[in-house]
Amino acid sequence: MSQWSAIADIAEKVQKGELKAENLVAQALKTIEDNQDFSAVIATIEDRAKERAIEIDNRVERNEAVGRLAGVPFIAKDNFLTFGSETTAASNILKGFEAPYQSTAIQRLEAEGAICVAKANLDAFAHGSSTENSDFMTTKNPHDKTKVPGGSSGGSAASVILDMAPFALGTDTGGSIRLPAAFCGAVGYKPTYGLVSRSGVVAMASSTDVIGPLTRTVEDAAVVLDVIAAKDALDGTTIEPEGDGYALSPELSALSSKKIGVIKEYMSDGIDVKVKAQIEAAITKLKDAGAEIVEVSLPSLPLALACYYIICPAEVSSNLSRYDGQRYGFSHPEAKNLDDSYNLTRSEGFGTEAKRRIMIGTYVLSSGYYDAYYKKAQQVRTKLIDEFNKTFETVDFLLGPTAPMTAFEIGKHANDPLEMYLTDIMTVAVNLVGVPAISIPAGKIDNMPVGLQLIAPQHKDRDLLGLASQVERIIA
Amino acid sequence: MIPMVKLSHEDVLKLARLARLQLTDSEVTQFSGEISAILGYVEQLKSVDVDSLMPTSQVTGLTNVMRKDDMQNYGPTPADLLKNAPATKDGHIKVNRMLA
Repeated sequence: MSQWSAIADIAEKVQKGELKAENLVAQALKTIEDNQDFSAVIATIEDRAKERAIEIDNRVERNEAVGRLAGVPFIAKDNFLTFGSETTAASNILKGFEAPYQSTAIQRLEAEGAICVAKANLDAFAHGSSTENSDFMTTKNPHDKTKVPGGSSGGSAASVILDMAPFALGTDTGGSIRLPAAFCGAVGYKPTYGLVSRSGVVAMASSTDVIGPLTRTVEDAAVVLDVIAAKDALDGTTIEPEGDGYALSPELSALSSKKIGVIKEYMSDGIDVKVKAQIEAAITKLKDAGAEIVEVSLPSLPLALACYYIICPAEVSSNLSRYDGQRYGFSHPEAKNLDDSYNLTRSEGFGTEAKRRIMIGTYVLSSGYYDAYYKKAQQVRTKLIDEFNKTFETVDFLLGPTAPMTAFEIGKHANDPLEMYLTDIMTVAVNLVGVPAISIPAGKIDNMPVGLQLIAPQHKDRDLLGLASQVERIIA
Repeated sequence: MIPMVKLSHEDVLKLARLARLQLTDSEVTQFSGEISAILGYVEQLKSVDVDSLMPTSQVTGLTNVMRKDDMQNYGPTPADLLKNAPATKDGHIKVNRMLA
């Protein structure tokens, strides 16, 4: 049982003066302290958080407006630029970096009274599926310390399940919110591409990067999304949110009027038989509750991972070229000339996975290989988009597992990056296509959580959250 | 059957040079195997016929997002932005000499 009630309830009690923001922050910081051995958090933001809490409590006493998330503590993945702590993206090359401005998502949450209390661990630069690629430490799964929490937002997912805060922010480039949500038993929401501003978030693969919440319930995820979704002049790829917003409302509850397609390719070879059985059991419950469920096939889905592992490293190699040791971040002290400075700084500052992705990206973008790899992947991306669009002409939503397995042992894939990449096989297509998706808990196998994934067409985030809240209730 | 791509040590060193990375001998050996395996995996796209499809580089459908050509104040001052620089001089970032 969580020590936190629903986010909307916490905020309401703070607004009424029944709960003190200062106490909520202290409670969050104590829980973080008590669970340090899980390595979910890189740094706490104590001074600034306490100051903001006191300010909110004072405003309540003066009967001034304090916002929809008044006093609600949260934890941000450490690739969000924040005041009050370093922002490192869990990389040595950004160690010591103090953000001169905050990300738009953090600014919007603060404007509604939410309080960032800590920065969560991740795979450095969000490159990974387990947090083992963090340059600092590996986060442990809250259910079993010998297992990974998933990644790259592993610290965010673990922190929510360890009850450190009512919600955490993550980023999802190829599954980095949904996978750790599935492995830790949290709700993880990946919005339509462009719905939340990427300004002030360390860039990974810009054409698929999105920002979203990790929470205990769909309702909480909807409340947070409602605050952070907005068009932003600082991110030219942002889109207009839906007019009615994203907070859940009763008219979204008609499960029986919607048609759900179970993705055949995600339920066939390669999936752990117990995970498959768990998802099938959930499907049976949904059918019993009146949902219309059919099987659908998207034949190009098996190509999505190969497509992603061309496009993603290509964009990574471009985005990470800015870390050159000249303007901010680590700079090698022994460099004798500019070229030397670039080489030494990047060689020492980047971890193995960042180097691997930079080199794959450099290869697929280089003259002579560009058409065979990068352009080809972009065309396969079009094929995937076409298949999703066609499928959404016949069904309203798609359903499948979030991952083909439950959380694996720490170190299991340490020497085989390709095996690690395969963890993302059921999440990457959604990013390439730009559609919204959510992972919700669907029970446990041998005490380890299973994630069920629901996917909607672009710009149908509101409907997706409505459906997810129904599914959450029915399969609980 | 997936045709095997095999990156030689020289290929890896060339990529590292292009990406401004200086690798140790053991990293060269490691990456030559690992990157070859990953490129081998993505070879499966080669057999897919997508010649008639346009490449997708973004999914928003937005084109030419413009703003007014005005100076805008986003908060941080030049001093804030210079605070993280490894070396500064007279309000500028100081770097090593570019030309010998």
